[in-house]
Amino acid sequence: MAIGLHDSDFKNPVVRWIDARLPVFTMMQKEYGTFPTPRNFNYFWNFGALAMINLMIMIATGIFLAMHYTPHTTMAFDSVERIMRDVNYGWLLRYVHANGASMFFIVVYIHIWRGLWYGSYKAPRELLWMLGVVIFLLMMATAFMGYVLPWGQMSFWGATVITNLFSAIPLIGPDIVTWLWGGFSVDNPTLNRFYSLHYLLPFVIVGVVFLHVAALHITGSNNPLGIDPKGPQDTIPFHPYYTIKDSVGVVAYLVVFAILVFFMPNYLGHPDNYIPANPLVTPAHIVPEWYFLPYYAILRAVPDKLGGVVLMFASIAVLFVLPWLDTSPVRSMRFRPLAKWFLVLWGICFLVLMWAGGKPAEGTYVAIARVATFYYFLYFLVILPLLGRLERPLSLPESIARPVLRGGGPLPAGAAAQPMEKA
Amino acid sequence: MADTMAQQRGAQHGATSPGDDGEPRRDFLKLVAGSFAAVGVGAMAWPFIASMNPARDVLALSTTEVDLSPIAVGSAVTVVWRGKPVFVRNRTAEEVQAARAAPLSQLPDPQADQARVMRDPWLIVVGICTHLGCVPLGQKPTDPRGDYGGWFCPCHGSHYDTSGRIRKGPAPANLVVPEYAFTSDTQIRIG
Ligand code: HEM
Ligand code: FES
Repeated sequence: MAIGLHDSDFKNPVVRWIDARLPVFTMMQKEYGTFPTPRNFNYFWNFGALAMINLMIMIATGIFLAMHYTPHTTMAFDSVERIMRDVNYGWLLRYVHANGASMFFIVVYIHIWRGLWYGSYKAPRELLWMLGVVIFLLMMATAFMGYVLPWGQMSFWGATVITNLFSAIPLIGPDIVTWLWGGFSVDNPTLNRFYSLHYLLPFVIVGVVFLHVAALHITGSNNPLGIDPKGPQDTIPFHPYYTIKDSVGVVAYLVVFAILVFFMPNYLGHPDNYIPANPLVTPAHIVPEWYFLPYYAILRAVPDKLGGVVLMFASIAVLFVLPWLDTSPVRSMRFRPLAKWFLVLWGICFLVLMWAGGKPAEGTYVAIARVATFYYFLYFLVILPLLGRLERPLSLPESIARPVLRGGGPLPAGAAAQPMEKA
Repeated sequence: MADTMAQQRGAQHGATSPGDDGEPRRDFLKLVAGSFAAVGVGAMAWPFIASMNPARDVLALSTTEVDLSPIAVGSAVTVVWRGKPVFVRNRTAEEVQAARAAPLSQLPDPQADQARVMRDPWLIVVGICTHLGCVPLGQKPTDPRGDYGGWFCPCHGSHYDTSGRIRKGPAPANLVVPEYAFTSDTQIRIG
C-alpha cells in the first residue's frame, strides 16, 4: 500500500480506490453505520434527523422558487402570485416551502424540548448545545427574511416592526436601522438584501449543522436515562437500528407535513399577507408567524421600549449559558422529582406566551404575558441554579442495559432488588 | 537550521543588555504586524458595510412639495417623503387650544406645541410611530384618534395628541417634525 493512502476495508474495487484516497466511505460507515448509539432511545431522538431532512426540503424548494421569484417591490407580490397560478407545480413548491418553515420550527422546538427534558445540554455536550442555539438563531433570521419576500402587508409591516427593534439601541440605534434598510424605510434596497441573505443563510446553517453533528459524534448521544453507556452492552450500531427507527419517524412527519400542505396550506399563515404591501397603511393587528409569538409576547410584556427588546434577546441568550445555570449533575428529568415539574411549568409558560403573543397587547393579555415572562426567566436564573443544591435526585440505574431489560429480557439475579426508577 | 537559530538567539543574548533578550522586540513586531492586519481587514470590510447604507439615488429623493390649499380646516392629508408617510394636518382652533393647554409636566417627552409648528394651524409630522414604526390611525375622519384627539397607533396602543406628542402607551418620543419650509402661503417643501 502506497504511503499516505488510507487502508480501506471496502471490497468493491472502485469504492476501495476512492476510499483509499479520500476515506468518505469509511467515514460514513463509522459515523452512520457502526456508530455506537445508546440502545434505549425513544422517539424524541428522531427530531434531529427530521430537522436535517426539513433543511434539505427547504433548500430544494427554495432554489426552485428562486427561479421564478423577482425581488423587486413592484414585482415581488405578483411574481409569487404567478408562482401560485401559472408556474407548473408552483403552488406545491410554495406551499411546501411556506409550511416547511412551520414544520421546521415544530421539529426544532420538540428537539430543543428533548434537550431540556433529558439534560442533553450538560457536560460534556455544552458546545453541542450552544451550536444548536446558533442554528436556532440563524433559522429565525432566515425565516424572518423569507417571510418578507412575498411583499404582502404582513411581510412589510413585520419587517418594519422587527428592524425597528434595533432603534431601541441607545445613540447608534437609528443609524443602524437606516443601514439595515439601505434607506429611510423598508423599501426596495431592504427587499433586495433580505433576498440575498435569505438565499445565503440556509447554507450557513448547513455549515453549523455539520459542526453540531461533528461535536455530537465526539461526545456521543445522550439518552432518556441521561447516564453514560458503560460498555458495548449499552449500545447498538446506528445502522440498521436507528436508521429504521428514524425512517418510521420520517413517515409520520411526512404525513403531518402533507396534511398541512394539501388540506390546510394557509392555516398557519396570515390572510393579510395576500394583500400587497402598502407603506401608508398598517394592518389593525400585526402578528408575526406563529413560531415567533413567544418572543413577541415577551417584547410586548415590558412597558419600556429598550427593556422589551433587551428581554426578548435575553430569552434566547439565556439558552447559551444554560449548561452553567443548571447545577445538578443529574441529566434526565426522570430522576429529578422537583425540577421535572418546574420544567413542565416552564413549557406551559412558553405555550401561554405563544398564545398571548397572538392577542392584542392590552389588558389581561399583557398581564398574563408578564407572569409567563417572569416565570420563563425565573426557571433559568433562579430555580435551576438552586435546585441543583436543594433537590434530592432519585437513584440512578447502574447502566442503560438493566432498566432496558427490565420486564422483557432476562434479568441478572438480584437485579429486582436494585433501586430502580419508575419510568 | 534549528541550530543556527539557537546560535542567533545566543548571539542576540550576548549582544544586548540583560532584560532585552529579543523577546520584547519580537512582541513589538507581532503587535505591529497584528495591528496592520487588523486595520487592513477593517479597511477592506468598510466598503462592504458602507454599501448597505442609503445609495445616492435614495438620498436624492429627499424633498417633497405639498400644496396646502385643498386641505380644509379640521382635515389632514398624508404625503410620502423618503418613502415614509408624512401627516399634514390643518388643525381647528380647539385642537390648537387643546395642544397648548396641556401642561408640559404631564408629557412623557416634554415639548411645547409652539416649538413643533411654524404656523399655528399647520401640524406637519412624520406619520411613523416612534415605538416600532407602524403608521398611527387618525388621518381619516372615521379613524380612531386615541384618548387625546390626535392619533392612535393600533400596533401596541400608543396615543398621540393634537400636537403629535406621545401621551400614553409604549412609544418613547413624540412624532418627529421633519425639516420643512413654507415656500409660499399655501405651499411647503419637506426635506
Ligand atoms: C432554513 C431554511 C429556510 C427557511 C426557514 C425559509 C423560510 C421561508 C419563509 C417563511 C418564506 C415565506 C413563505 C411565504 O409565506 O410565501 C420563504 C420564502 C422564500 N424562500 Fe425560503 N426558507 C429557507 C430556505 C430557502 C432557500 C435555501 C432558498 C433559495 C435558495 C429560499 C428561497 C425563498 C424564496 C425565493 C421565497 C419567496 C417565495 C415565497 O414567498 O414562497 N428559501 N422562505
Ligand atoms: S409601533 Fe406604535 S405602538 Fe408600537
